[in-house]
Amino acid sequence: MAVTASIRESSAAVVRASLTGGKRDVKGMLFAAALLLCLLTAMFTLTILLWDVVAQAIPVFQKRSTGFLTNDLASSPDKAGVSQGIWGSLVIAGFVVLLAFPVGIAAGVYLEEYAKPGRLTSFIQLNIRNLAGVPSVVYGILGLVVFVQGLERFTGGRSVISAGITLAILVMPIIIITTAESVRAVPSGLREAGYGVGGTRWETTRHHVLPYAAPGILTGTMLAVARALGEAAPLLLIGAITGRLASPEGQTVVERLQGKFTAMPIIIYGWSNEVNKPGKITGLTFEDLTSAAIVVLLVIVLVLNAAAILLRNRFEKRRQS
Amino acid sequence: MQPTLSPGAPTLSVSDLRGSPKRLRRDKTMKVLLFGAAVMSIVISALIIVTLFGEAWQFVSGLMDTIGLGALVDGGAAPGWYPRQDRFDILTIVVGTLIVSGISVLVAAPLGLGAAIYLSEYASPRMRKWLKPVLEILAGIPSVVFGFFALRVLGPDLVKPLFGTPGNTSLLVTGVAIGILVTPLMASISEDALRSVPSALREASTGLGARRSTTTVKVVIPAAVSGIVAALIISVSRAIGETMVAALASGRLGQSPRTFDPRDPGLTMTAAMAQLAVGSDQVVGSGLAFQSLFFVGALLFLMTLGLNMFANRMVGRVRNKY
Repeated sequence: MAVTASIRESSAAVVRASLTGGKRDVKGMLFAAALLLCLLTAMFTLTILLWDVVAQAIPVFQKRSTGFLTNDLASSPDKAGVSQGIWGSLVIAGFVVLLAFPVGIAAGVYLEEYAKPGRLTSFIQLNIRNLAGVPSVVYGILGLVVFVQGLERFTGGRSVISAGITLAILVMPIIIITTAESVRAVPSGLREAGYGVGGTRWETTRHHVLPYAAPGILTGTMLAVARALGEAAPLLLIGAITGRLASPEGQTVVERLQGKFTAMPIIIYGWSNEVNKPGKITGLTFEDLTSAAIVVLLVIVLVLNAAAILLRNRFEKRRQS
Repeated sequence: MQPTLSPGAPTLSVSDLRGSPKRLRRDKTMKVLLFGAAVMSIVISALIIVTLFGEAWQFVSGLMDTIGLGALVDGGAAPGWYPRQDRFDILTIVVGTLIVSGISVLVAAPLGLGAAIYLSEYASPRMRKWLKPVLEILAGIPSVVFGFFALRVLGPDLVKPLFGTPGNTSLLVTGVAIGILVTPLMASISEDALRSVPSALREASTGLGARRSTTTVKVVIPAAVSGIVAALIISVSRAIGETMVAALASGRLGQSPRTFDPRDPGLTMTAAMAQLAVGSDQVVGSGLAFQSLFFVGALLFLMTLGLNMFANRMVGRVRNKY
């Protein structure tokens, strides 16, 4: 075996040499190197970004330890913390799970399993693709007019409820598209088997198609939550607090949901604009705090993203084998 | 529940095969519910369009009643976007947006396309297995983080010494940062397009004796060109709509003189919107300033919608071909 392999290799080399006139393909190698350089430049820049932020954030966690995570917003970098931002972001994620997941998955399933090809269906599909491309700041306008101003009695105006609903709407197209894609990838034999034993369309969908498509749907929903957590522009329009935010004692949950709010990306935005003066006690600046807040946000968002991608790759492999 | 045969009648009737009415009813209900969810997307679009254009129209009619539509293009000696002073030179922010998105495409197109070609044509399967997820994870970094990065690193350490911008913030820094932000998107869409080119085309080209670089440039890229164009357009549309980087790094707070020099600080449409809304509780001047928010939003919506629909067409064209 080894002999034939070596013969084959050497003969290939002889053929190649005679075809190329013994010259190396310098141009081709340069081309490949340039391409690799593009890829590496992109990755290098992004790595620098992450490295820079993490390096600046480390002293914050050393000097402030958990105080940074449990304190409220404040005007001094010695005291300011991100607890209200974490709370706001978690509530927003909750709204995405409660509103965007069921509606988005249902719409995706409808488009693939129920919809008959026709004008209405293709209109809905076109509409969803376009919705996915609408800039996030435009969703902010929707939130401002409909939920902050229109439904003020219910949402409390510039509140985390308005923000949660708006971001749920913003990520819904992503969920619909990924759900539809993973449902489309389910082999039709599975459906035929379901119908063959007398299942209704819903029973077949519920017990055969959905379980098979579940990993793909889960991937899409995780990406959607990650997107919602990192989105800041619509929250600015809805009126998240960038400065100081008092949290009075004894608020009920409803009062807190309807009251003023902030979220992690908004804190990052607000602190980026702060004057860069070191605090008297810790010597930390708002720039350091911003880096630390970014680390907190990135940990949440990137873990969600990485988990989603790993999950998808794993199931793709299993299906192929 | 199993369909039961009625005693004394050994033959099956159609109703026996139909399943229990309970199950059928449930099937019907679910169908209606799922349809409702799908229709929701149309409701959302309708809401967006009605709110945007309704309020934008109020702004336009308000302008016509007071200072006239001529205010949208300032012809004065120092034109600019000063909404609090009732000066709405739309050209200022449109030019800002065009400069920023132009620069970001100059950054993202070569980087993203190069990375995509490498991943699809050159990388070994093992390398691809590692590089692709890394690129995808990087695509998930929130844009506000890029804004901070532009403000603290790109501005002072790269763009200022390289291009001699007067300050740390400028349209140029904003464009570069948004370019880096959309590079993973550009790479991922054009990689999809390149990979959907059937390998028979590559094999035929290799069989004729073409080098890999020749095959890539002369065969694969032309075959995938509409997908690559679509990737470009989607990147432009994303860059136009990007808000947080522009709000942090473009260097003007809510008002700006008109400028055509990318090294100057300026204002994009998105940054103008974000900053109009931040101060919307205490708007100085007439109510028109706040309502200009919707007019700019409607304009932004139309620009990105046009680009996206065009890009969708292009993507569809690749899909139909192969």
